[in-house]
Formats: sequence, structure tokens, C-alpha cells
Amino acid sequence: MLTTPTYELTKSEKSFISQHLLFAFIALAIGSLFGPLQAFEFSGVDFYPLLEPVIQSYYQGLTLHGVLNALIFTTFFITGFLTLTTIYGLKRPLKYPLLNRIGFWTMVVGLLMAAVPILLNEASVLYTFYPPLQANVFFYFGLTLVVVGSWIEGYGFIFTWREWRKENPGVRTPLMTFGGLITMVMWQLATLGIAVEILTMLIPWALGLIDGADPQLARTYFWFTGHPLVYFWLLPAYVSWYAMLPKQAGGKLFSDSLARIAFWLFLLLSVPLGFHHQFVDPGVPAGWKYIHAILTYAVFFPSMITAFTVIASLERAGRKRGGKGWLGWIPKLPWNDPSVSAQLLAGILFFFGGIGGITNASYNINLVIHNTAWVSGHFHLTVASASALSFMGISYWLVPYLRGRRLWSRKWAQIQTWLWFVGMLIFSNAMHVLGLLGAPRRTPLGEAPYVPDEWSGHLLRTSIGGAILFVSAYMFVFNIARTWWSKKLLAGPDEEVEIPVAESVHPAQETPAKLDWWTPWLIGTVALILVAYGPQLIEQIGNIDLSSPGFRP
Amino acid sequence: MSEVPGDGSVQTSLHIDPYERNWMRLTVVLLVVFATAVTIAGFALGFQVPSPEERVDPNTVAIGDGPFGEPGLRAYPDGSYDLYVVAQMFSFAPNEVTISAGSEVTFYVTSVDVQHGFKIQNTNVNMQIVPGQVSKLTMTFDEPGTYDFICTEYCGSAHAQMYGTLTVEK
Repeated sequence: MLTTPTYELTKSEKSFISQHLLFAFIALAIGSLFGPLQAFEFSGVDFYPLLEPVIQSYYQGLTLHGVLNALIFTTFFITGFLTLTTIYGLKRPLKYPLLNRIGFWTMVVGLLMAAVPILLNEASVLYTFYPPLQANVFFYFGLTLVVVGSWIEGYGFIFTWREWRKENPGVRTPLMTFGGLITMVMWQLATLGIAVEILTMLIPWALGLIDGADPQLARTYFWFTGHPLVYFWLLPAYVSWYAMLPKQAGGKLFSDSLARIAFWLFLLLSVPLGFHHQFVDPGVPAGWKYIHAILTYAVFFPSMITAFTVIASLERAGRKRGGKGWLGWIPKLPWNDPSVSAQLLAGILFFFGGIGGITNASYNINLVIHNTAWVSGHFHLTVASASALSFMGISYWLVPYLRGRRLWSRKWAQIQTWLWFVGMLIFSNAMHVLGLLGAPRRTPLGEAPYVPDEWSGHLLRTSIGGAILFVSAYMFVFNIARTWWSKKLLAGPDEEVEIPVAESVHPAQETPAKLDWWTPWLIGTVALILVAYGPQLIEQIGNIDLSSPGFRP
Repeated sequence: MSEVPGDGSVQTSLHIDPYERNWMRLTVVLLVVFATAVTIAGFALGFQVPSPEERVDPNTVAIGDGPFGEPGLRAYPDGSYDLYVVAQMFSFAPNEVTISAGSEVTFYVTSVDVQHGFKIQNTNVNMQIVPGQVSKLTMTFDEPGTYDFICTEYCGSAHAQMYGTLTVEK
């Protein structure tokens, strides 16, 4: 039998992870200010004129909301959380702590560099920054540095894992570390798309070195990254759902093997399906769109494995706690633990997100909802629920652990998770319905002349949902802030916060060794990307036409 | 990351629960059904998405002798139409179009500045309008009435004002 070495994070490791979270929470706090402003605008209550001259337009606010919540909050939280799962999973310090620090500060510099033009209304191009809409060049430099910083942190995790592998031949990589590594390796491959877009097209174009951009090719580059970005947000939540939540619920992980298979399939399938975001594009052949539609269906498979394995783990936990009958195990789960309730509710919201995702993937059916409010409703169930609500749940133990302080209010935290759930149900349902009725996404519908009366009830519901979400977001921020700077330190070992590590029903060491072997999966991943993207990239780059001058919105 | 970790003495196996095996089978069946449905709808029933039509120069496409130089309806003897539309911040040209019920219309849309969207409400016509490209879809309008076509892609400050109407007369 293997001995389980123990490892206690050092003060400096805890503070390094805390720095990530601090930036993440500040981004969440600022970005969340603008969500309700858009939601209120929908029912004709426009606060934006009151914000001048600080915030000059709806779109400046929407850019802040998208960039800070979807890109900055997530990236800083994820790199911080995965630093923990690397160190704590492997029970060893980072191989090159300095490298990870360089990565982190690169992200911070990038964030500040992008923030200045956004705040000056020089980059109100939304988080898709489609050319020919043009931002101040520092916006592009900033985003580049955020991505490069996240790459460097990922390299740090990989070097650390390799060192651990040398020290521990034959031992299965702990699942939490494994899931984190898959996330970062997938991210390295996926971000090549926007890296090429920004470095070879947008920066030279914004600097005036080339006269024009090729907007169609830019879209293809962007969505090479844009869809796997969703998995970059989701996989860290899956790490928690698989490797931590079963323990928090009082049970074990149902299947270590299938968890690993799911992660491998996400590595394999996350990237080669980006054309499903371009189903209505003029410059991509229908046949390639169809192939990517089918590949998008394929990535549904590991999500379904995840649904089964996580729910089966929770069911075992609930039955162990005395749950009887078909569904009697559900109320027996520790719902009073806000970290658990957040993640359970995130999972329920994600169920609806998955159904909507299948609709989006469905080639011609996508014509009904493309570029409509349905899409925004959909990704509020993925990134803003499955990911964000799970990250909030993780924070409820992670912040007390890192800061050595008791959570300021468990009651508030519990209420907060339910408010998020209810607010999101109302908001996202209304957005989905509006999309089906034809409402365009990211459009100030309060001032649009073509809005029929039929939409008004649903527009009002987005405002109500948005208001509830706003209250919930600030209850979270307030609770975390009070905890962060609390004077009440944890008193003694009884109060000590443990990092939840779920054991597997069958020990991880019984999982086949092949499921811990990178080479075949990496070769398969690169090969599939070349097959799914190669011909179109050659075609579109070969016919590049840099004739679109920039327009400042 | 190349070495296969040694096995030691532990017996390994995949441990797939029978319920989970059935769940995975069900997932595959479900996905095959979905894929079949969109395939039949797309390739047998003709519910298709846009495909590359033509590359143009966004800086000159609307001022030359080409069809976008004079956007609008072209009627054909068989009762069908071509409709050429130029999208620009923050309007469509033309923005009012009238056709008769039962006619088939092929839409050709391009942009002279930034990206736009072209979505005809309550129909399956939904296209991204990208400078340098011509977006094309065909639709038959049997139901008389007024159909708004709206810009569905953020194109600047007055994006929400950008729309036009297609009237289908009896």
C-alpha cells in the first residue's frame, strides 16, 4: 500500500494563491456592477446617462462586464485554484516558484494595460473584439500579456508535475492535479488562435503597420480559442466536482477511471469544433460547419459521463447519510454547507445549459437562435453558473483556508447561493425566450425601435433576475471581504479548514496506467485539430485579404 | 510527458459500472438521433446554413457597377427575386422592401464598414455580415405580413437602431 505523505502549504504559497484570488474578486466586484445596468436598460430604465463621464456608454459598460467577469475573474481564479491543486495534489512545492510569480505578474501587468483603454472608452469593442471595430492598441497588448502570463503559470505546473513524476514513478497523478494539468495543456493549444489573431493581424493593424484586417479570418482565429475558452472555465469546476465535492458531501468519487477518461476527451475535443460559433458566417463552407457540428456533439459525451459520475458520487454520499428511496438521498446531502449548495445548484443550472448547448450545436437549428439573447442566456448558465457559482462555492472554504480566518457568515453564504440560483433561473429563462422570439444579443433593447409589446414581460423578467443576481454577487463579495480582513483568526486545530480531497471507490492506483500517459492523447489531440482546422486555415490564410480599415466605436 | 508509469503489483481495471455503461450507450444513441435529424433537415429538406459566395472589396463594393452599387430588388419572370442589401453603420440599404406572397427571395448582403448581422424575424434567415464577404440565403415567403430585418451584431453606438422592413403582400 502506498503511504500518503502529508503536505502543508507554506505561508508564501498561501499568499501567492491569495493574490490571484484578490484580483479575481476585485474583477468580479467591478464587472458585476454593469450586469444589472444592462438588465435594467431592457425594461427602459437606463442608468448609463447618470454614469457619465466615468462610463460613457452602454457598450463601455458591457465591455467591462464581459472582460472583467468572463475573462479576468475566471483566469485569475483558475490559475490560483490550479496552483493549489498542483501543490496540494502532488504534495510538493512548485518546481520553479519564480516562474509562476513571473506568470502571475505578467497577467497583472496585462490586466492593467487593458484596463486603461477600456476605462477611457478607447476599447468598447466587447470581449469578442471583432475587427474592423478597433480598440486602442494597448487593449490588445494587455490581453496578450494576460494570456501569456497564464501560459507561463501553466508551464510552471507542468515542470512541477514532471519533477513529481521522477520522484514518484508508477504512482497515478492525483486527480485534482491531473484535471488541472489537462486544463492548462488544453489552454496552451486553444489560445494559439487568438495569439495569432492578435499578434499577426490586430496589433500591426492597430499600429498602422498594415492598412487593413481580414475580418473573416479574424473570426476563424478567434473561435479557434473562443469555444475551448468555455472548457477553460468549466474544467476547473469539474476538478472540484470530481475530486473535492464528493468528500464535502460525505462520500467518495464513484469512478476515478471515468473521471480521467472524461478529462482526456475534453483535451481531445475542446478545440476542433469552433466553427459551430460560425454557422452563419459567409466565409466558411457549409460542409466544414457540418463536420464541426458533429464534433460538438461528440464533446457532449464527456459531459454526460461527468453528469453520471458526479451524481452517482453524490447519491452514494446521500445514502450513506441515511437517504432512502429513489430521490431520498438528495435532501440528505449537506445543503447547509454553502460550498456544497453552491456547487449542487451550479450543477442543476448547468443541466439546462447543456440542453441549450445541444441546440446551439445543431447546425441548421442554430439559425433560429444565432446572435440572439438565447446565446447570452446560455452562457450565463455555463460560465456564470457552472463556473462562477462553483468558484464562489470553492471560495467559501478556500478563502478561510488561505487566510486562516473563519468565514464571516455561513448564513449569508447559504442565502447567496440560493439567490444566485433563483436569479439565474429567472434571468436565463427570460433571455432564452427572448432569443426564440428574435431579440438580438448585446443590444440595448430599451431603445430599439423594433421591439414588439410581446417581449416586454420577458424584458422585465431579465431586469428582475439581473437585480437578484446583483444582490447575490455583492453578498458574496461582502462576505469574502469581511472574511479576508477579519480579525478573528481560526482558533486552534478544531477550527482548521481542510482542503477536501475525495477518495475514489476504487483507489486511483487501480486505474489503468494508460490513463496517466500523455503521449497518445497529445498526438491524437494535435492530429484532430489539424484534420478539423488545417484545410480551412490553409484556405483562409491563403486567400487573406487585408482590406478592412479600422473603425473606432 | 512520455513515460508509461509502471504498474507495480496493483491489479488495474476500468471499473465501469453497468448503469454507467448503459448511460453512455444511451448518450451515444441520443447523439446519433440528433445528428441524423440535423443531417436530414440540412441535406434532404434543404434547411441550410450560409456558405462562401463571393469575395468583394468592402471599400469599393457599394460604389462600383456591381449589384451592390445599386442595392435593391431584382425581379425575375418566374416570380422569384434577388435582393441585394448593403449594411453600414447604422442602416440597411434598402430598408423597405415589398414582395408578393409565395415568392422565393435570395438575399445577398455585404457590409461596407464593420461586421453586422442580418436576421429576418420569424424566419430562418440569419446571417453574419462580414466586410469583404457576401452572405447569401434563400427563403420563400408564403405568409403575408411585415417582417422586420434587424442587425444582430454589435456595430457601434447606434446598433440598436439598425433595422428595416420586408412587406409581403397578398
